[in-house]
Amino acid sequence: MFEDILITIATAATPLLIAAVGEVVVERSGVLNLGVEGMMVMGAVTGFGVALTTGSPWLGVLAAIIVGALFSLLFGFLTLTLVTNQVATGLALTLLGLGLSGMLGESFVGLPGIKMDYIHIPFLSELPFVGKLLFGQDPLFYVSLLLTAGVAYFLFRTRAGLTLRSIGDNHTSAHALGIKVIAIRYLAVMFGGACAGLAGAYLSLVYTPQWIENMTAGRGWIALALVVFASWRPWRILAGAYLFGAVSIGQLHAQALGIGVPSQLLSSLPYLATVVVLVLISRNRRLTMVNTPASLGRPFVPDR
Amino acid sequence: MDTTPLANGRNLLEVRGLTKIFGTLKACDQIDLTIAKGEIHALLGENGAGKSTLVKMLFGSLEPNAGQIHWNGQLARITSPGVAKKLGIGMVFQHFSLFEALTAAENIALSLADDTPIGTIAAKARALSYSYGLPLDPDSLVGDLSVGERQRIEIIRCLLQTPDLIILDEPTSVLTPQEADRLFETLERLRSEGKSILYISHRLDEVRRLCDSATIMRHGKVVGHCNPRLETPSSLARMMVGTEVKNAERTTASVRGEELLSICGMSRKPAGPFSTPLKNIWLSVAGGEVIGIAGVAGNGQGELFEAVSGEALQESADAIRIRGKSAGRMGISARRLLGAAFVPEERLGHGAAPRMRLSDNLLLSRHATDGKAFVAGLGLIKSGAIQKAAQRIIDVMDVRKSAPDPEAAALSGGNLQKFIIGRELDRNPAVMVVNQPTWGVDAGAAARIRQALIELARNGSAVLVISQDLDELFEISDSIAVMHNGELSKPIPIADATLERIGLLMGGAEPGHLDHAKEVA
Repeated sequence: MFEDILITIATAATPLLIAAVGEVVVERSGVLNLGVEGMMVMGAVTGFGVALTTGSPWLGVLAAIIVGALFSLLFGFLTLTLVTNQVATGLALTLLGLGLSGMLGESFVGLPGIKMDYIHIPFLSELPFVGKLLFGQDPLFYVSLLLTAGVAYFLFRTRAGLTLRSIGDNHTSAHALGIKVIAIRYLAVMFGGACAGLAGAYLSLVYTPQWIENMTAGRGWIALALVVFASWRPWRILAGAYLFGAVSIGQLHAQALGIGVPSQLLSSLPYLATVVVLVLISRNRRLTMVNTPASLGRPFVPDR
Repeated sequence: MDTTPLANGRNLLEVRGLTKIFGTLKACDQIDLTIAKGEIHALLGENGAGKSTLVKMLFGSLEPNAGQIHWNGQLARITSPGVAKKLGIGMVFQHFSLFEALTAAENIALSLADDTPIGTIAAKARALSYSYGLPLDPDSLVGDLSVGERQRIEIIRCLLQTPDLIILDEPTSVLTPQEADRLFETLERLRSEGKSILYISHRLDEVRRLCDSATIMRHGKVVGHCNPRLETPSSLARMMVGTEVKNAERTTASVRGEELLSICGMSRKPAGPFSTPLKNIWLSVAGGEVIGIAGVAGNGQGELFEAVSGEALQESADAIRIRGKSAGRMGISARRLLGAAFVPEERLGHGAAPRMRLSDNLLLSRHATDGKAFVAGLGLIKSGAIQKAAQRIIDVMDVRKSAPDPEAAALSGGNLQKFIIGRELDRNPAVMVVNQPTWGVDAGAAARIRQALIELARNGSAVLVISQDLDELFEISDSIAVMHNGELSKPIPIADATLERIGLLMGGAEPGHLDHAKEVA
């Protein structure tokens, strides 16, 4: 029973983790893409559709990653090349994604989907208590952990990561040093889009293998909140994703047990937690300053 | 003009006919410049003469519209800072290109193309910095460092790339005189190692002391070459400005009037992670006198101005008294109503709303104090009265503009500053507090502004001027106090103030800051 709860928490946390780890790279480069929800839902409908027509969930995942990246490329072109307002463009991307996915997925509604196989390692997966949790989950669960470790290593241990963070801190200085600000931001934005697409595919191929309109149900927003909650640090995103995952699962169990807490209150908990954490971390302003990308959301136009 | 053949092996850099056009403005017009190997070459000119545009083209941050650059006798196209670095051109920026949230070593690593581990870079930077007498801790966070220390990072970063030509853009504007001396020693040592230096400045004494030759620019054109050691400061100034430059005339303070502004034991906690706390500040400014506050940027001058102007309130109402009234808990408008006037450092965005007209900007700052004159019943604006007042200020301060009532951002820095100062003088304030009155202002406008401040004081007002320009403070002040690390020294009467004494205080070397404590006790 307890192990089952832990596994459902992991399943709820994984899409949040993947999308947020992608967005942290985007925001560390100084770009605020509020379109995570839209890119995620596009990934969900693409993943479902491609898996259904080809019969392969892996092709579905691949297609979702590509569509997520392409969708974010639209955002990149608008905000980086045409220098539109990042907040407005991100919101538009979400609205567009929700509408477009609803239209594309109309014929998928009600169809049984394809579920990705869970990993099964003989003996290990049968270990009591931790066997299924550690060795018997879906493949994307392991991908999400590797992704977190990879992004943490990239951002804080490699020169390329340092360059990316420098752009997020001060794009004018970076430009003066000859760093290609716009090109690197494009790459970061597309990485974020690819991750959001992958997170969407997780929803429609693992979490609930079917297509429902608006099936992301605000998870893109939670992912955005997570990035701030984690003060732009990948390992803290992991902790936050599992905390938020636990809250959402706890909400279901609380309802099942008939505990008289309004469900709306429980579903607002992640956002409340973000507010509380923001208040707490802002008490140490120096740390906030060091972690917050100072150029976040500011447009950059090089003088020529 | 200069007809040296391009193949001359002694010349490191030769620039011919370099031109940069922004819209209709020729920022650089047919610039010729020759820098020999192993010389320190000065590039002189006023703000807006085109010096920064020229060096940005040399460093590849801007693309020229016409002209050629020859490097070691070869035609070179410098299309990006990366190309410039590869050729062997290094740059120390005027407005630092550093990242506050990163460490010194990380900042240095970012400008090196190869993948040397940060640890190695930190060790190299430390060794190099000590060998040049510019000690630096590579692990410190840039946001925590003083401006002088930040400049060291820039210089070390530049030296680590072993450039043949080092461009320094106004390097001493942020240093104490002693720090500047140390910089000069470093530059002389680099010259003796055969490196060339392009030294951009408008400080004539430095140029005469340090540089082997000079190119002078005015309005985007080269107007002369000379050997600065053979010139006098006034002959150099004449070449830079085009006309004689008048110093402000100062009659000695007649009588010290009654105390109009006093700061009594004011302290302030740091407002942000990278701002300076104010520590137990005492100061009294009487009618009829100009008190100058010197100090290296970032030692609490901005915080002091905010506290005096009322942008930041004090805990105790008695910490600041304006004309005898306790004003520490009063907002800006209330302090203005007591007869005080304030001019902040930043013209655009702080002193004036950039996209609003001059008349609107006038109303914005004076609606509280001159409400009756400018605003009618129901809150309607009296346009006629405001236009008339704006015109009066424009006439008095000789503000030059292109349209009858232009947007603030359309004025040049000097003309906007004249308007902003004039806007406050027009009220005939009893107390005037100005932060950096002539920062980035051309010599003519600066002289006009300084004269106006002196006249205001002689007519009985108390004037407090915060400035990083020591020449300016010596020109207009009756006494000079120095800010260092959030503490303010006792004011030194101008007769006793020497450059050396002020410089020591700016560096925090003299324990003169402790005198107040004894007085209080």
